[in-house]
Amino acid sequence: MSDIINLTLSALIDKIKKKELSAQEITNAYIARAEKSKNLNTYITTDFENAIEKAKKFDEKGNFEYKLPGVPLAVKDLFCTNNLKTTAGSKILSNFIPSYESTVTQHLWDEGAILLGKLNCDEFAMGSSNETSFFGNVESPVGKKVVPGGSSGGSASALAAKLTPATIGTDTGGSIRQPASFTGTVGLKPTYGSCSRYGIVAFASSLDQAGPMTQDVSDAAIMLDVISKYDTKDSTSVNFKRGDYFKSLSSNIKGKKIGIPKEYRVDGMPKEIESLWQDGITLLKNLGAKIIDISLPHTNYALPAYYIVAPAEASSNLARYDGVKYGYRSTGENLISMYENTRSEGFGDEVKRRIMIGTYVLSSGYYDAYYLKAQKIRRLIKNDFDEAYKSVDAILTPSTPSSAFKIGDKTDDPVSMYLNDIFTVPVNLSGLPAISIPAGKDKNNYPLGLQLIGKAFEEQNLLNISYSMEKELSFKNNLQDWWIK
Amino acid sequence: MSIDLKTIKHIAKLSRISIDDKKAKELEKDLNSIFEFIEALNKVDTKKVDPLTSIAETSLKLRVDEVKTKDIREQILKNSPDENKDFFVVPKVVE
Repeated sequence: MSDIINLTLSALIDKIKKKELSAQEITNAYIARAEKSKNLNTYITTDFENAIEKAKKFDEKGNFEYKLPGVPLAVKDLFCTNNLKTTAGSKILSNFIPSYESTVTQHLWDEGAILLGKLNCDEFAMGSSNETSFFGNVESPVGKKVVPGGSSGGSASALAAKLTPATIGTDTGGSIRQPASFTGTVGLKPTYGSCSRYGIVAFASSLDQAGPMTQDVSDAAIMLDVISKYDTKDSTSVNFKRGDYFKSLSSNIKGKKIGIPKEYRVDGMPKEIESLWQDGITLLKNLGAKIIDISLPHTNYALPAYYIVAPAEASSNLARYDGVKYGYRSTGENLISMYENTRSEGFGDEVKRRIMIGTYVLSSGYYDAYYLKAQKIRRLIKNDFDEAYKSVDAILTPSTPSSAFKIGDKTDDPVSMYLNDIFTVPVNLSGLPAISIPAGKDKNNYPLGLQLIGKAFEEQNLLNISYSMEKELSFKNNLQDWWIK
Repeated sequence: MSIDLKTIKHIAKLSRISIDDKKAKELEKDLNSIFEFIEALNKVDTKKVDPLTSIAETSLKLRVDEVKTKDIREQILKNSPDENKDFFVVPKVVE
């Protein structure tokens, strides 16, 4: 049993196809481990009984040609799952049972995957440490009382703790890449428009994108093959020719031009992150890539612009939660006070803060000064990348300005929490793909990640570069299973 | 510039979120520190820059207006917070 949970997704699929392992054996192994790992608080909702039933059915008459044949998977609780509670980590959706399935999770089941359950996340994906969830903090398996990052913190923690062989998260400002970096796992945010947003609880619609979180780069390619598809149900889905990502993986990156942006060398960045970055540069040189110094001059303005654009879109998206058609409802002497009490009791502090920021920047008299200004800055940030990509194929940066921190360390100061996403946010504002791969550890033995940013729709290039680096880095988490009860 | 308590209460009203005085004071502190951080944008001259409203920057595609799902009344009403199974019920709005 312990062998099963140590397999990568690709190895697991291989063993299922060769009939060396059954879907039931695998599903039972993951469920048994999840039962012993409850104190990490990764799951909001489990669907174990159904999973066992589905595994049994797969073993009886499943299609072994599927891309995820009989593979059990848990997913972030931001994806609507038909007939299974979907909360977005919020009290206001704590009793919500969707009557439809998100497109990307449907793709997983269509390729033979089996749903294990729904993983914890920051409320409405607003957070960088999984401390804003109504369902409580998630602990990271990398250390006691350490945050897994966020907002896909439950996904990252469950993946690193081997409670699911792979998972999917969503990334609005770094919510896949930052938790991947904090937990020693691989996180890929695809190009905006690659993966359908249909059925994902909306946070900031012009930035949100779903993507794989996996044990290694090959697994990310397998997951991307399954979830990246054009969808008419998402008006921003892009109909481009998608690659055969897993089959096309190549570790030959000779002659690739990699940009190193000087603006990512920020004040107060720990030395170990600077040296991690330098080691990454040296590694790429040794692999035959050409290193080119570049400038992304508006980098410093990305985070302030993000904290206008994202809350503005959120305030609009979250206007639907009024206690009328679904979700939590409070009481009130009239309709308006019922709305106000419902939203006051149903949303947590961080969500309220962002709704109010968004309402303010969109309100009469402030729109031009804030929202329009931020959209103009967004143009400048995207132009920076466009300019850089005239001379490079991809860009290498650290994934985060620090390693994982302790639960409670940053909850008193919203701005210090926001600074976690300083290296990931420019990518969302520009709609680009980016991947975080584990590249080293800090003095506490907590993982550190490197981020590769690519050109729009060139995920294959990103996967190949990170695949070649991964082989040389041979990162191992070596977790001691301290949380197992 | 700073956001005063009166403005905080006005934004809360616009956001349809009820807040008491204690909460309003907390939000005043938090929002002011966030806006102080946001003010950095004023250092950039954007007079000649077009706003980026969407990464896709294409016009939305049209599709045929046709019914694809029907008879889903029960499904739609099943998450209603009210007991009534035929309608969504809200507090009385007409005297």
